[in-house]
Amino acid sequence: MGRRDGCSRGKGGSMHFYKKEAGFYGGHGIVGAQIPLGCGLAFAQKYSKDENVTFAMYGDGAANQGQLFEALNMAALWDLPAILVCENNHYGMGTAEWRASKSPAYYKRGDYVPGLKVDGMDALAVKQACKFAKEHALKNGPIILEMDTYRYHGHSMSDPGSTYRTRDEISGVRQERDPVERIRKLLMSLELATEKELKDIEKQVRKEVDEAIAQAKESPMPDPSELFTNVYVKGLGAESFGADRKEVRTVLP
Amino acid sequence: MASALRRLGSAAARRGLSTACEDTKKSLFQLPQAGGKSSNLCSAINQALHIALESDPRSYLFGEDVSFGGVFRCTTGLADRYGKSRVFNTPLCEQGIVGFGIGLAAMGNRAIAEIQFADYIFPAFDQIVNEASKFRYRSGNQFNCGGLTIRAPYGAVGHGGHYHSQSPEAFFCHVPGIKVVIPRSPRQAKGLLLSCIRDPNPVVFFEPKAIEEVPEEDYMLPLSEAEVIREGSDITVVGWGAQLSIMEQACAGAEKEGISCELIDLKTLIPWDKETVEASVRKTGRLLISHEAPVTGGFGAEISASIVERCFLRLEAPVARICGLDTPFPLVFEPFYMPTKNKILDAIKATVNY
Repeated sequence: MGRRDGCSRGKGGSMHFYKKEAGFYGGHGIVGAQIPLGCGLAFAQKYSKDENVTFAMYGDGAANQGQLFEALNMAALWDLPAILVCENNHYGMGTAEWRASKSPAYYKRGDYVPGLKVDGMDALAVKQACKFAKEHALKNGPIILEMDTYRYHGHSMSDPGSTYRTRDEISGVRQERDPVERIRKLLMSLELATEKELKDIEKQVRKEVDEAIAQAKESPMPDPSELFTNVYVKGLGAESFGADRKEVRTVLP
Repeated sequence: MASALRRLGSAAARRGLSTACEDTKKSLFQLPQAGGKSSNLCSAINQALHIALESDPRSYLFGEDVSFGGVFRCTTGLADRYGKSRVFNTPLCEQGIVGFGIGLAAMGNRAIAEIQFADYIFPAFDQIVNEASKFRYRSGNQFNCGGLTIRAPYGAVGHGGHYHSQSPEAFFCHVPGIKVVIPRSPRQAKGLLLSCIRDPNPVVFFEPKAIEEVPEEDYMLPLSEAEVIREGSDITVVGWGAQLSIMEQACAGAEKEGISCELIDLKTLIPWDKETVEASVRKTGRLLISHEAPVTGGFGAEISASIVERCFLRLEAPVARICGLDTPFPLVFEPFYMPTKNKILDAIKATVNY
């Protein structure tokens, strides 16, 4: 929203979420670029022996980027604990996967890196797959997880999402494969929760989201000086200069 | 491809106390005066890398062919001493190498990525421009890849042709968020490289392929400070890297004809030291810039525009740029292409007699 309290302090945009405490290294606008970055993170984790793994996520569109294969090679060569997750929603913005990819079996593209295809609309399957992948990655090196999923809305604000597919297709998936509905039915059929309890949870979640939106809206726009922060960090002998041309030289330590 | 085997300088033997970035003392920023062994640029780089890897156990060096020492022998002995987990070869994938380096640096490590020749850096251009330079800015300072240093040998070698001779610095000077540093000599290279590795911002370090005495201690040279290597009063001459030795010869030639040249080594191209250059031009009233890269859109254009903005009324003559020609780097025509001593000398005389 371009507010001061946002992740990027107003400078990033809707793509840019980051959370250091959660180990979330961010959303990347240049799709595919984050995959070798994920391998770098995994290398550091392996070196420090802290038994952690890295999930590097990309879509079916980005799966055709060359750097994915460069990253796969490096990860396999050095046995890095990297889990490459292809979120296959079958459309690269407006291009259906059969138009863009010769091989839609993204989990097989690793060649020498094993891959698993997971029903991305089944939350429990996803959970199990990630657990399995983590154990595998820590022992044997990289693995690809292809999550078979779907996108209801358009790719972005400028994409209505209906110019390249039928509304029937969208509503069909929503009826048959919606992940939240699936869990709801499961919980009720196993009598683990009543309908009222589930409705209450939903109400509470909506409230949480509304509060967050209200809080975000209340946050003021950032100060103009914020434009120039975090371009460089005061290092050895330099400071970034602003449009006011008042360059200040750093005093050396 | 210039791959003459160079003797390894045995500088690793005696090193002064190395400090990490935060504990830097002022004395380390002064060039040690006492002699040192004669080294070429590659062994000076080698010394700097030894010191960097020794002083910070979380620093890593990787690139194509670095294990055995690299095509220029800049990395000899490092894998043996620091182990294959810290000094290792990568596959041939510049985009992947730099992306990987960004991730490694994002975990708080110092990642020193080698690109074998500056000509090969372009597949990594997106990673440098879109990822490395913006990481801190777009994550609100939650994350950064300041520990990343990308080193690449650059510039003409006499027989390099299109793809072993380029000077791509201008492309990177257009990117806020990274620093671009180019040393002129082995002694400068060692100090500047250590500063770059220890600087908390991502840096692209271009190494000219060139002999000089290099002190053996750990020392750093400040970034974004230009150096006046020759004082003069008639014209300011600005350059960086290997071109400076050519310019020095031209200045010496000009002196014989009674023209006093002030020669400045920019050292860091972004952020660049405008104040030093401006002060010099205010003194002399004339400016000449020389670089190997093609003249159109080269970094000389930025210097010229900035100085004209600041010193318009003081200037006695148009700013001269003696640079490479606007062609791909030719093989057999290299002597025509290059900004040679005589071209610079002619331009100095023309500017002074404007």
